[in-house]
Amino acid sequence: MTSPVLERRSGADRIKGRAFHLFLLSCLGLGLVCLVVLLVQVVTKGLPRLNIDLFREFPSSSPRRAGARSAIFGTIWVVGICGLLVVPVGVAAALYLEEYADTTRWYNRLIEVNIQNLAAVPSIVYGILGLGFLSRGPLNLGFVVLAGSLTLALLVLPIVIITSREAIRAVPNSIRLGAYALGATQWQTIRRQVLPSAVPGIATGSILALSRAIGEAAPLILLGGLTFLTFNPTGLDSPFTVLPIQIFNWISRPQEEFRVLAAAAIVVLLAILISMNAFAIFVRNRYERRW
Amino acid sequence: MFRITALDFYYGDFRAVRDVNVDISGNEISAVIGPSGCGKSTFIRCLNRMNDLIPGTRVGGRIEYHGQDLYGSNVDPIEVRRRIGMVFQKPNPFPKSIYDNVAFGPKVNGIKQNMDDLVEESLQRAALWDEVKDKLKQSAFSLSGGQQQRLCIARCIAVRPDVILMDEPCSALDPLATNRIEELMIELKREFTIVIVTHNMQQAARVSDRTAFFTTEVNDQAQRTGILVEVDRTEKIFTAPSDQRTEDYITGRFG
Repeated sequence: MTSPVLERRSGADRIKGRAFHLFLLSCLGLGLVCLVVLLVQVVTKGLPRLNIDLFREFPSSSPRRAGARSAIFGTIWVVGICGLLVVPVGVAAALYLEEYADTTRWYNRLIEVNIQNLAAVPSIVYGILGLGFLSRGPLNLGFVVLAGSLTLALLVLPIVIITSREAIRAVPNSIRLGAYALGATQWQTIRRQVLPSAVPGIATGSILALSRAIGEAAPLILLGGLTFLTFNPTGLDSPFTVLPIQIFNWISRPQEEFRVLAAAAIVVLLAILISMNAFAIFVRNRYERRW
Repeated sequence: MFRITALDFYYGDFRAVRDVNVDISGNEISAVIGPSGCGKSTFIRCLNRMNDLIPGTRVGGRIEYHGQDLYGSNVDPIEVRRRIGMVFQKPNPFPKSIYDNVAFGPKVNGIKQNMDDLVEESLQRAALWDEVKDKLKQSAFSLSGGQQQRLCIARCIAVRPDVILMDEPCSALDPLATNRIEELMIELKREFTIVIVTHNMQQAARVSDRTAFFTTEVNDQAQRTGILVEVDRTEKIFTAPSDQRTEDYITGRFG
């Protein structure tokens, strides 16, 4: 006779365990199915217009001749400038909070709490901020690339700060102590040891933050991102449009052909997003450090 | 080399080490032994102002280094740490190549010398050169634990310190690697003054010239404070200690 303690649990317990396992799997499946359906639908719908003309032609009132050229270039401009602005500021803020700030001080704790809250503020609120302070109001930049980039930079700054802080925090303290013990100053320790070790994490976080910025339409619409531009941006002070705005505009048109065009533009946007995320994953795996 | 008088060390209001008086002389190996939590590591970290990096700590008493007050207002802790190097318990090479690990210290200290020569010389003096000379560009993490620890010693030597503090440098290593580090220490004492914290009494007996025995004292609020019981020539400590607590510890009756 086997000892009772080694016998299998009662049937009911095992069934519950299996059921829970199945439930979790089906949740995952549901998410994946929705995504696949969406992708297939958009791709099949946009396929007829997914050709070189989409990249070559400017928007037009005639759907046959319309393309997303100014929107694609606008996206590159706005998000590129946004990246140049947000990464240095975000990394600097993260370094301050992780390496310099005395967290027992109330103002440093206030900054921390605020950054976490800012990450949760809806993007439309940043649009209102951009409109009130950047496009009009005190800075009065107008509806131009720089205003769009600054607004998006404010929007994703908290994400860059939070992910950079995590990357910096993940650098073991033994590395800092090792550098200090050799007579390195705090700046030398950060510059030559902490930052290089944190770069993969910072890069991943920054790319993910920018891929969030690329998909934003709402704040830029508020800012006055235009929908019918027949020229590419030429500088920081150019009017601009971006892909999500162009898509939004085409979808709201009555003609069916514009919807096809919108689907094609969505495919382009998704392709950019997925390649950015893939690049982030690549960077993370390539430079990941094991301590 | 060091003259330590009435040293107290506080973490906030808590006094971790009390009233240490000891002299450390040059070109010998001084061992610091004692049970866990007796403040051995805290004590040696006072000697290169490593404890400055922990917020809320405070040093009382006086540490003189070549007659100069280490905690004097005109003393730069960065300069102190360059002169008084440190090797840690767990090998902590930088996530860089073997070469860059050694070159880091000289670079940040602006030492002007042919870097290749300096790296080779430092690795040779740390008895690591023959094992790594063909793979200087490889990651330091490709080395074994014992090799990593010798790399940390080479890195420390490269900035030409005066003193090397070692905080249980062998406790993460196997006996063979430990043996190599001990041989290396005896080799290095010709040029450097070495202070080593160790849990291993045999190690202290094997390598050191003088031994300081620390223990903990528990006060009525159950707070444990480290005190120096006695310091003497190593043979004397291990054969004829003058304090009963030392004898109890080295004969294995506690700790």
